[in-house]
Amino acid sequence: MTKTPLQFRHNGRDVAVFVDGGVNLLVALRELIGDMTPKFGCGQGGCGACSVLIDGELHLSCLTLAEAVNGRAVETLDGLKDGPNLHPLQRAFMEQFAAQCGYCTPGMLMAAKSLLDRNPSPSRAEVIEAISGNICRCTGYEPIINAVLAAASSGRARA
Amino acid sequence: MLELRKDIFADERDDNLKEIGKGTQRQDMLGHVTGTSTYFDDHKLQGMLHLKVLRSPHAHARLRRIDTMEAERSPGVRRIIRGADVPRNLNTLLSLINFGKDDEPSLAVDKVRYKGEPIVAIVADSPREAYEAMAKVRVDYEPLPAVFDVEEALKPGALVVNETYPKNTFIYHDVYDHQKLRFGDVERGFAEADHVLEQRYQMSPIEHAPTETNGSIAAPDTNGRYVVYTSTQALFFSLDTCAKILDVPSNTFHFIGGTVGGGFGGKVDTLTEPLAILGAMLTGRPVRYQLGREEEMQFGSPRGAERIYIKDGVMRDGRIVARKIRAYFDSGAYTRLSSYAVVKCVAHLPGPYTIPNVHGDVYCVFTNRTPATAMRGFGVTAMDFALECQMDKLAHLVGIDPMEFRILNAYRDGDMKAHRREAKNTALIECAQVAAEKAKWPLREEVKRMSSRKDGGGSRAAISPTPIEPAPQRAAVSQQRTTYDRAPPAPIHEPPPPAPPPPPRPQSPSHGATRFSSVFGTRRR
Repeated sequence: MTKTPLQFRHNGRDVAVFVDGGVNLLVALRELIGDMTPKFGCGQGGCGACSVLIDGELHLSCLTLAEAVNGRAVETLDGLKDGPNLHPLQRAFMEQFAAQCGYCTPGMLMAAKSLLDRNPSPSRAEVIEAISGNICRCTGYEPIINAVLAAASSGRARA
Repeated sequence: MLELRKDIFADERDDNLKEIGKGTQRQDMLGHVTGTSTYFDDHKLQGMLHLKVLRSPHAHARLRRIDTMEAERSPGVRRIIRGADVPRNLNTLLSLINFGKDDEPSLAVDKVRYKGEPIVAIVADSPREAYEAMAKVRVDYEPLPAVFDVEEALKPGALVVNETYPKNTFIYHDVYDHQKLRFGDVERGFAEADHVLEQRYQMSPIEHAPTETNGSIAAPDTNGRYVVYTSTQALFFSLDTCAKILDVPSNTFHFIGGTVGGGFGGKVDTLTEPLAILGAMLTGRPVRYQLGREEEMQFGSPRGAERIYIKDGVMRDGRIVARKIRAYFDSGAYTRLSSYAVVKCVAHLPGPYTIPNVHGDVYCVFTNRTPATAMRGFGVTAMDFALECQMDKLAHLVGIDPMEFRILNAYRDGDMKAHRREAKNTALIECAQVAAEKAKWPLREEVKRMSSRKDGGGSRAAISPTPIEPAPQRAAVSQQRTTYDRAPPAPIHEPPPPAPPPPPRPQSPSHGATRFSSVFGTRRR
């Protein structure tokens, strides 16, 4: 099978791989780059577990053709920390008990980051809207919403 | 004499276990928020192959012929696995505790009994090549009528879903087609009651829908062993089940699990590990078998549907004097855990209330639906839904506040439960009082002063005279274990054969271990 060369920035680092036609970004990230933070939940855009940022915008990596990110910047949960230091969202998720099984957490965090990058002071309704594409089956939505709001206010406190 | 310098580690553990009332961080939280928690699918192994399963599109069909010739030649295919390749194709999960007969094949051989049942497994270099080969498998189905309703399945002349249980019910203790509870005389209770209310309740199957689908990766390890990364909720149960199905000693496997992307009961069925390991055994390569979302919905077992009939006799003063329950648990086509759910359900009757006459009949019924399994309180949850709906209706019927009605009928310390065990450490009254207070639900002072520790026992501890019913006859021989999965394919265009003749009693397991049954409470060889 013919493979297509693909180059993009992955969490600030240039990567280059060869992909089979039709391979989605989720598979490319997990199996070719080795970044296991985006998760497979449904493969059909229903659950949000595979959410990543492409040029700062929230996307579902399972519905994105890998070839479509050529030359662009992809951010995943793997790049959220600053060295050993947790991002305010990660700290808030820990403090607010915003993860149970943890499987939706990478997608939730990327959806939340996308929101706070655009809107540092969201209302509760805006947080709910921002994570509405991410399913948590342990039904911990309330702590997740609280964590995003707490991260937003801690960000304001520092600013 | 050399001694460990314990003083170096003295401050590592203070043995203070007083944790109640303190917030404690989950030990896995840092992994979760950094994405480093390792789920089964986060293992990337050199040369890993991918296993996909061809599933039945029919709820009930005879398999006349399975042709894999073209699929075997499909690019990237390493191995096609059929039922005959599975060392012990028939299994039932709770056979590990000596409960139930082996009735479910890993891969269907002569028939499929529910939509989504596995027929052929394909191991290929990539998922895509496995799917392409799957499209080349030719299966000649003879669709058969199907039964989807529990009460239809029990009617005389109903088609047989699962030949291991020809009456379409699980058989308890080799004799009983259901679980019974008898305490007092409900008919006398109804005759004395001021009101009698009979209602029907129906609960649908519920899919757990974990965000991570069921799956596992099996890889050849050193010394002829296999390492298995799995999403299971029941690590050693799955390990033992695989040892049984694959007919190898259990120390052949090193199971690694622990981080599960949501389970809720839907990851106890050992759905993927046996075929993943068998694939690894047959190819000598790591094999990954992960369910897609549609497979998870269709093939991953749900919480089983239940149909419940409740008939209650109640006095004008609010006392329930008789409760008669008939319920049907839809096990789907095979026994996974519904047989056990029924036992739990009957143990829960008549709910947390003191009722002098109780009569329960609960059936585990086979239908051509996806086999059902555990889910959060299964066996009790749906029955409680029905019982508590019934309590509201009864309260309305006699004109008593529903909270007070529950407190009035709640069991108290010293009461006799329908299982002939004394009620101890009861707390329903206090729960209801606290719930009422939190909900700002007004209770009369007299009711607020009631207590689980007062006014129990005495006449409430009596066992009402209970009519004795004739015992059922022992099960017919046709209900013994069958070996139909080893039988040659059925001839074409013939009516379904009658239940096969009884094979010799199954041999005792080769490992000869003593089995302890928590269901029977006995120790047996």
